[in-house]
Amino acid sequence: MFSLARLLIAALMLGVASAPVRAGVFNPVTFELANGMTVVVIENHRAPIVSHMVWYRVGNADSPIGKSGLAHFFEHLMFKGTPEVPAGQFSKTVARHGGRDNAFTSQDFTAYFQNVAADRLELVMKLESDRMVNLALSDEAVRPEIDVVLEERRSRTDNEPAALLHERMDAIFHLTHPYRNPVIGWEHEIRGFTRADAEAFYRRWYAPNNAILIVAGDVTVDGVRPLAEKYYGRIPARALAPRQRPREVESLAARRVVLRDKAVRQPSWSRDYRAPAFGDGSPKETLYALQVLAHVLGSGATSRLYRALVVEQALAVSAGASYSPDRLDLDAIGFHATPRPGIDVARLEAAMEAEIARLLKDGVTEDEVARSKKRLVAETVYARDSLSRGSYTLGIALTTGQTVADVEAWPERIAQVNAAQVNAAAKAILREDRSITGFLLPALADEGAKP
Amino acid sequence: MIRSLFLALVLALGLMAAPARAVTIERVTSPGGIEAWLIQDHSIPILALEAAWRGGAALDPEGKVGLAHFLSGMLDEGAGPHDSQAFQTRLEDLSARLSFEAGRDAFRARLKTLTESRGPAFELLKLALTQPRFDAEPLERTRSQILSSLAREAEDPDTVAARAWFAAAFAGHPYARPSNGRVEDVKGMSVGDLRSAMGRLMARDNLIVGVVGDITPEALKPLLDSTFGTLPAKTATRPTVSDVRLHKAGAPQVIRKTIPQSVAVFGLPGIKRDDPDWYTAFVMNYILGGGGFASRLMVEVREKRGLAYSVYSYLQPFEHAGVFFGGVSTENARVGQSLDLIREALKHLRDEGVTAEELANAKTYLTGSFPLQFDNSDRMAGLLVTMQIDRLGIDFLKRRNALIEAVTAKEIRRVATRLLDPNGLIVVVVGDPKGL
Repeated sequence: MFSLARLLIAALMLGVASAPVRAGVFNPVTFELANGMTVVVIENHRAPIVSHMVWYRVGNADSPIGKSGLAHFFEHLMFKGTPEVPAGQFSKTVARHGGRDNAFTSQDFTAYFQNVAADRLELVMKLESDRMVNLALSDEAVRPEIDVVLEERRSRTDNEPAALLHERMDAIFHLTHPYRNPVIGWEHEIRGFTRADAEAFYRRWYAPNNAILIVAGDVTVDGVRPLAEKYYGRIPARALAPRQRPREVESLAARRVVLRDKAVRQPSWSRDYRAPAFGDGSPKETLYALQVLAHVLGSGATSRLYRALVVEQALAVSAGASYSPDRLDLDAIGFHATPRPGIDVARLEAAMEAEIARLLKDGVTEDEVARSKKRLVAETVYARDSLSRGSYTLGIALTTGQTVADVEAWPERIAQVNAAQVNAAAKAILREDRSITGFLLPALADEGAKP
Repeated sequence: MIRSLFLALVLALGLMAAPARAVTIERVTSPGGIEAWLIQDHSIPILALEAAWRGGAALDPEGKVGLAHFLSGMLDEGAGPHDSQAFQTRLEDLSARLSFEAGRDAFRARLKTLTESRGPAFELLKLALTQPRFDAEPLERTRSQILSSLAREAEDPDTVAARAWFAAAFAGHPYARPSNGRVEDVKGMSVGDLRSAMGRLMARDNLIVGVVGDITPEALKPLLDSTFGTLPAKTATRPTVSDVRLHKAGAPQVIRKTIPQSVAVFGLPGIKRDDPDWYTAFVMNYILGGGGFASRLMVEVREKRGLAYSVYSYLQPFEHAGVFFGGVSTENARVGQSLDLIREALKHLRDEGVTAEELANAKTYLTGSFPLQFDNSDRMAGLLVTMQIDRLGIDFLKRRNALIEAVTAKEIRRVATRLLDPNGLIVVVVGDPKGL
C-alpha cells in the first residue's frame, strides 16, 4: 500500500518540528536549576551518543504585530555569533566534533539541538549556553539572512500551491489569534526586519527561566546535573513580561477557501473543525477521546474513511483524519481526501460529509474504539526505539501545556477512553459553523486537462 | 521551520564510520542456507528486518517503466487467504509495519514488529513474498494512487528537475527512466506483468538480509527458512544492465514554469562505490558541498550572499555508474549568479585543493559522526543491507575510520582533477531563470 495520505499530511505540516509522537514511558528525570531553567534527562544507553536540546517558550505567535516570522528569523540569527564563537563557527565547531546541529520554530516554541558522541556533551552545552546570553549581531550578519529566509519562504510556500492554500486557510480560519500568521512570515514583513527587532526579541524572550534543557542518550542524571549547573546555572534569571496573545473570537460561520493554480495537476480537499488544544485548559478527557476518534476515522488502510472513500466507493486515492493537539491556545481536527483521476471534488466532499453524518448519527462502536486504543498504545513501544523521540515528545509537550506526567500517563489515559466519550466529543466538535474547507484545484483554463 | 531541510538526507547518503563502541555483527546462516547479518539488541522488545534483492527498477521492461514500483505497492494488498482489508487488519492488529520499495538497483522489504508478534508478522511477510493475490480492487486502486503521485510529482519543481537530469545524463540506459513510472506504461500494467516482475526481481540467489533487535541467532534461523525458503532458488531470465558513462553536457536545459524560485540541479560523472578513489572523493565532497553549514558551497552561496536557503552536493554510487549530483534553489533573477559561484567553487577546489584545516575537520566529522547512525533499529538494519549490497565486508565497521583517515590533501587534488570539471556540468533548471 502506498501511504499517500501520510505524505500529504507531512506536506501540510510545515513549521511543525516533527510529527508529534504519542509517548510511551520514556522514564525521564526532571529537575530545576536555581535560575528557573527546567532540565529533563532521558537515559538511553543503546549507543554512545547524546541528543542535547534547548527549547524556548516562544514561537511565532509571540512575534510582534506586523512582524510575523520574527521568531523564526531570530532562530536563524542564533547562529550568527558571540564574542567567543564568531558568526558561522557554531555549526562548524559541532561538525568538527562529529556532531550535527540544527533548530526549528513553531507557533509556540523554538528549539535548538545538537546530536553528538556522549563524551562531547560538555562542549555543546558550553556553545548553547554561550549564545543564550552573549549573542552579538552585526548588520553584515543580519542582512543576507533576510534573503536566505525569503528563499526559504519561496521553497516552502511560494513555489508550492498546496502550501499556499494551507497558509491562506490558517489566515482565514483564525480570526483574531496570531496563529493566523505563517511561521515563516509574510513576505513584506520579512523584508522589514531589522537588527533592532532581533535584539529586542532576544532580550524579551531568551533567558534560562524561559527555557527547557532536554538531554537524552548515553548519560546519567548525576553526570548531567553538574554540567547543567556549570553552564546554564550561571546565567542569571531575568524578570520576563508575561506572555500575552490576542484571544480567538468564537467561530460563527463556516468558511470555504478555493485556491486555483495552473501548476496543480492533482486536486485535493481538506476540512478543519475547531478543536481544543492541550494548552487551552479544556478537559483532557475530550482531547484523548478526539485522538481515538481521529484514529478510528482516519488512520491507516482499515480506517473508516479509507475503507469507504478509497476502497469501497473508489472515489479517492487517499482519505484520512488527524488530530495532534500540541498547541498552546487552540487547535483543529482535520479531514483530508484526494480524488481519483476524473472524480469531481464536489462528489468527494459529499461522500466525506456522508461519512461524518453517519458518525454523528450512529456513533463509533466499542469494538472500533478498542482496536484503535490497542494500536495507539502499541505505537509507544516503537517510540522508545529512537534516541530523539523522547526529547521531541517531551519538548513539545512541555512547551504546549502538558506535563511530564501527562506524557508518561498517555497510554493509560488513552486506554480509559470509551465509545460514549468518543461520540460525545464528535458531536461537540464536528460543527459546520466552526469549520473551514479548502479546495486545491487546477486553474480554470486547465480544467478538463488530463493530469 | 527547520533551518536546513536537506542536511539529514545528505548525511544519510554518505558513508558510515566505525562506532565508538564495538557493535557485533553476526553472520547467521539458516539450515536452509539463507544468510542474514544480525545485530542483537535486547533492550527493547522489537525487531527490524530489511531484505533486499539485487536488480530493482532498472530491470523494468521497456514499455513497463514503473513495474517494480507498482509491485512494491501491491505485495501488502492481500496474500494467501487474506484479501487486502484482511491483510491490513492483521498487520495492524499485530502492530507490525511492513513496506516495500523499488530502488533503481535493488528491491527492498522492511518489517518492524514487536517481539511478542514476530512469528505471525514474519508469516505475513512470507505470504506477501510468495502468495500475493493481486485482486482487481487493490490493483485498480494502486494504479490510481500511482497515477495521482505521478501527477503530483509533475507539479513539483524538484522532482521535475531531477527526472529531467537523469533523462539527459543517462539517455538510452535504464537509469534514464523514472523508477516511479510513466503514466502511459502504468495504465497498461496487468496482473501478468506483476507476476513476471516477481520472478525477475526476487529469488534466493539475489537475496540480502539485515536484522536488528530483540532476537537470537537460534530464534532467527527457522524464521529465515520459513519466510524466504520457498522463494525460487534463482531469478527468472533477466535483462543485462550494462555499466554506463554519463553523456557529455550540452547547454543548460531550462524547463519553463512561472514560479518565483528556480530549482537548479547539476551533476557530473561520479565514481562507483568500489572505486579505489571512493574515500578520497567522499572526503572531497564533504568539504565542497556535503557538509551542510560547514561546506564551501553553503558558505559561498548562502552564508556570504544570501542567494539560497539550500545548496548541496553529494556522491551517488549506483551499481552501474557513479554520479556527482547537486542542487540549488534561488530566486529566478539570481540563478545565473548562483551557478557561476558553484562552478567557481568546483574550479577552485580542482586548482587549489583543500587546506590542511579543512581536511582535518572533515575527517573528525566523518569519523566522529558515525555513532549517530545507530539512532534506531530500522536505520541499523538498512546499514547492514547497504554494507552487503556494496560488498564492503562484515568487518567494514572496524576498517572504515582508517580508510577515511588515510585520505590526503594531495590525493584530493588528484581526484578533484579527475572528477570536478566545472565546464562539464550537466545542468537542468525548472522555473523562469535569468542570467544563464
